[in-house]
Amino acid sequence: MIRFDNVAKRYATGREGLSGVDLTLEAGEMAFLTGHSGAGKSTLLKLIGLLERATRGQVWVNSRNLNKLKDRDVPFHRREVGMIFQDHRLLHDRTVFDNVAMPLVVAGMGHAETKRRVRAALDKVSLLSKEKTMPVSLSGGEQQRVGIARALVSKPPVLLADEPTGNLDPELSREIMQLFLQFNQVGVTTLIATHDVDLVNSLGKRIIKLREGRVESDTGSLG
Amino acid sequence: MAKREPKAPKFQRNRNPLTWLMRHAQNAVAALGRLTRNPMSTLMTAAVIGIAIALPSGLHLLIDNVRTLSGSWEGASSISLFLDQKLSDQQAEKIRHTISLRNDVAEATLITKEKALDEFRRLSGFGNALDLLDRNPLPAVVLVVPGAAYSSAEATGRLARQLEGYREIELAQVDLQWVRRLDAITSTLERGVAVLAALLCAAVLLIVGNTIRLEIQNRHSEIEIVKLVGGTDAFIRRPFLYEGIWYGLIGAVIAISLVLIALYLMQGPVERLAGLYESDFDLTLLTSGTFLAILVGSPLLGLAGAWLAVGRHLKKIVPE
Repeated sequence: MIRFDNVAKRYATGREGLSGVDLTLEAGEMAFLTGHSGAGKSTLLKLIGLLERATRGQVWVNSRNLNKLKDRDVPFHRREVGMIFQDHRLLHDRTVFDNVAMPLVVAGMGHAETKRRVRAALDKVSLLSKEKTMPVSLSGGEQQRVGIARALVSKPPVLLADEPTGNLDPELSREIMQLFLQFNQVGVTTLIATHDVDLVNSLGKRIIKLREGRVESDTGSLG
Repeated sequence: MAKREPKAPKFQRNRNPLTWLMRHAQNAVAALGRLTRNPMSTLMTAAVIGIAIALPSGLHLLIDNVRTLSGSWEGASSISLFLDQKLSDQQAEKIRHTISLRNDVAEATLITKEKALDEFRRLSGFGNALDLLDRNPLPAVVLVVPGAAYSSAEATGRLARQLEGYREIELAQVDLQWVRRLDAITSTLERGVAVLAALLCAAVLLIVGNTIRLEIQNRHSEIEIVKLVGGTDAFIRRPFLYEGIWYGLIGAVIAISLVLIALYLMQGPVERLAGLYESDFDLTLLTSGTFLAILVGSPLLGLAGAWLAVGRHLKKIVPE
């Protein structure tokens, strides 16, 4: 589902984000990306979501070579990759419902279908009762769950999360991770960057550790 | 590599024309909704556009009308021959006939002394004063239109000098020069208005462009998130383009209103002026075409201005 082939990313500033990463994630697999800040976790996720393009090597997602993807096709690629951020990236002048509906609106989905899907997504993150409230009045954990609902509402085959529990206390973090485990069980390929090593170790999933832009260790590469 | 990737599935693009139309309609309505939420700033922007468009449009209308007026004289670069006072009407008619037979003359019309007096009485407003005279002071006049081949200024002048050679003719006056001059003046003005119009169109472009640029800045985070969740450039661009069109359209309505008000204010004096020139000249005659041009052109300018801003600034917003 996701494959990195000797991938390097050098930023315009000269900083090397990644230098020679090989990695394969099978469809339906779940993995955690760990490592110090600056190790390249965010860069790796950005290359998958095409927020950045690789300077060397090849990135494959959903059987597509992202190097060959034209700019005009990038939006369509992003519709197949749900992205979750530490700072939620919600729009504060819109209701929870409208925030979650955005990927569907962008894809031109009909009104009735949009409503059905948004409410289903909100139900999965236990926020259906808050659909009409504004994000500001929600707690940090709830805001993150809105972000997750938005990432999943269009049922993308790939889910990326960059430090989704960065601002949350341990209990809330565990709750959020449980959500990801649930989604992974229905077949979503999931890659989560986090520095919360204790939490990750307790979940028994594959852990890919990055260090200075390279894969330092990889526990569960299945083959 | 160990295994070949299966062929990538094609991205699904929505190509249903009905959906496409629906989206545009929704965007148009939503853009108008956003504009009406800030009625004052919208009106102020639109008013600037309206004034910028009304100015050259109004001047154009004015000049166009003067053109029509002078156009009715233009072809007739005629010569007025003032006949000797002592000639009788029969003699006058005879000389008219003689002149009309010349092959450099297309037409010769006689205005008898009585007719001249009638006309003068009717138009000048000196009717009562004329009654005091015991004798008609006006000479008979023959209006000569030169043949098509002799209508240049030079040829007409030569013809006039030749006609002056007739014993019965006191004076030959070429009624050409001032028509030419008026024509030259209106041409100059017209060119000036065209330059002014071009400048003000550029101003409208910049006004709309700047307004849309600010709008893009205000909605920076929204644009970023729409890009993150897979919004195409067209999707992001569309609301701003419709705002540009609305600004142009509202500006057009304001411009037309301003021109109409100006015309209304000028109607009285113009009618009096036209009456003096024996013309049923009507200022509003030419307006519908110009108004149509404003109604179509101004929204197009708005669209172009928005497009400029969007093209320059949307690319710069890159999600991180």
